[in-house]
Formats: sequence, C-alpha cells, structure tokens
Amino acid sequence: MTEANPATRSIVVERTLPHRPEKIWRALTQSSLIAEWLMPNDFEARLGATFTFRAKPMGNWNGIVHCEVTTFEPPRRLVYTWKGGTVQNAAYGSALDSVVEWTLTPVGSGTRVRMEHSGFRPQNESAYTTLSGGWVNILERLERVTADRA
Amino acid sequence: MTAATNALFKTLSDPTRRSLFERLCREGEQTVWKLTRHARISQPAVSKHLALLKAAGLVRDRHVGRETHYRAEPQALAPLIDWMSLYSAFWRDRFDRLESLLERMDQ
Repeated sequence: MTEANPATRSIVVERTLPHRPEKIWRALTQSSLIAEWLMPNDFEARLGATFTFRAKPMGNWNGIVHCEVTTFEPPRRLVYTWKGGTVQNAAYGSALDSVVEWTLTPVGSGTRVRMEHSGFRPQNESAYTTLSGGWVNILERLERVTADRA
Repeated sequence: MTAATNALFKTLSDPTRRSLFERLCREGEQTVWKLTRHARISQPAVSKHLALLKAAGLVRDRHVGRETHYRAEPQALAPLIDWMSLYSAFWRDRFDRLESLLERMDQ
C-alpha cells in the first residue's frame, strides 16, 4: 500500500463468512467465479497480471476498468489497481484511479473478509454512479428514500 | 433538508416524472413526441411533467423548429446523494452475491 493520502477516501466492507480462506480465495481469483458475483472480467491469477472488468458503458467511457494485480499472496492478500472512466466524461467527473485490496483472515472455522477500495477523490463522485450501475440505480435508491420519507 | 432538496424530492416522488427523467438519463436527449410514445399518457400531460422537471432543474429543453427536445441534468440530483454511501452500497451488494456464490460452491 502507498501511504495514506488525506485527499482521497476509502470504502471498507468487512464480513465474517462461514467458509475457509482457500475457498473464498478461489471466488476472488478465478475469472469465471469472479464474473458470477462482481463483473465480467479476464482476471489472471498471478502477480503483475493486467486484466479488465467490463462495467456498464457511460457517456464516452466504454465501461472497461483496467486493473493490474499488485499483490498476490494466496490465500491471504490480493491487491489490484482499478482504473476506469475517462477524462472526456468531464461532466460526470474525472477518471477513477483507485486500488482494491482484499485481506482474508481465518477466524475459527470461518474467515474475516476485508475489502478496501481506496483512492476516491471528490471529483470522482460521478465514477461511483457509473460503477454502481448508473443513474437508474441512484433513482431506485432515491425511490426507496422517498418512500421512507413520504 | 433545504428547500431545494425538498423540491427535488417532491418532483421525483411522482412515478411518471421519475420514469421520464430515467428515460432521459438512460437514452439521452429526446423530443416530447418520442417521450409521449413511451409514456402511455397524453402529450399535454407529458409536457406538464417535463415543465415541472425543468422547474426543479432536472431537465433542460431546446427548441428545434416545432419540436422541443429535452435532456436530463442528472447533476441536479447531487444534493440528494451521499456518494460514498452509494458506492458502499455497490460493494455491499457484491458481497451479498459473493456470499451466495460461496454457498453454491463445493468445498
């Protein structure tokens, strides 16, 4: 990891799952399995591999997220860069240059799974929406919020 | 909530307006005529909803000859959205899918 940059923000999701680290590692590092829960991809399970995720295209962006495996320590730690978007998408924020870090820690018969997606800058705000399925998703959430407040 | 935020909520609380706005977000600029074809309501009703969306800053119009073209201004939603929580929601959703995949996988 690079040193913390105060200008960027991270998203951390942590869960303890009733599965062994080796099994979770497979779900995180086999292309066909990754596609089932994250996105279509051409992931390669080796240090230094470059690969892509195929997200929903938005504006001038073709939806491709460019990644590189920067840490590959089965079955404990996996880090890849996550670069998507385009500067041409200016109205919706600049390109996203971020890092996704997975850490698996055995806990009893299960595993603590920690995901940190770091490197968000304020101007990346629109990239969140692109990656999370676009404005329609926002509106679906908005609909729920609206219903809650009605 | 500010008055502006309240106005946005009020404008988007109507399902017809929301679906017009979603269509413009999804498919880009469109004429009133084309929007009416999909809306299952009359053209004057569509125009009325578009006027309300415009008043809330959610759409912008442009006149070309006799036709009025509308496009979405999704940035107008910005005051409503906590961006980080939205992106967190993306990852939480993917974690849910990961969990269900793990349930299906062999040991």
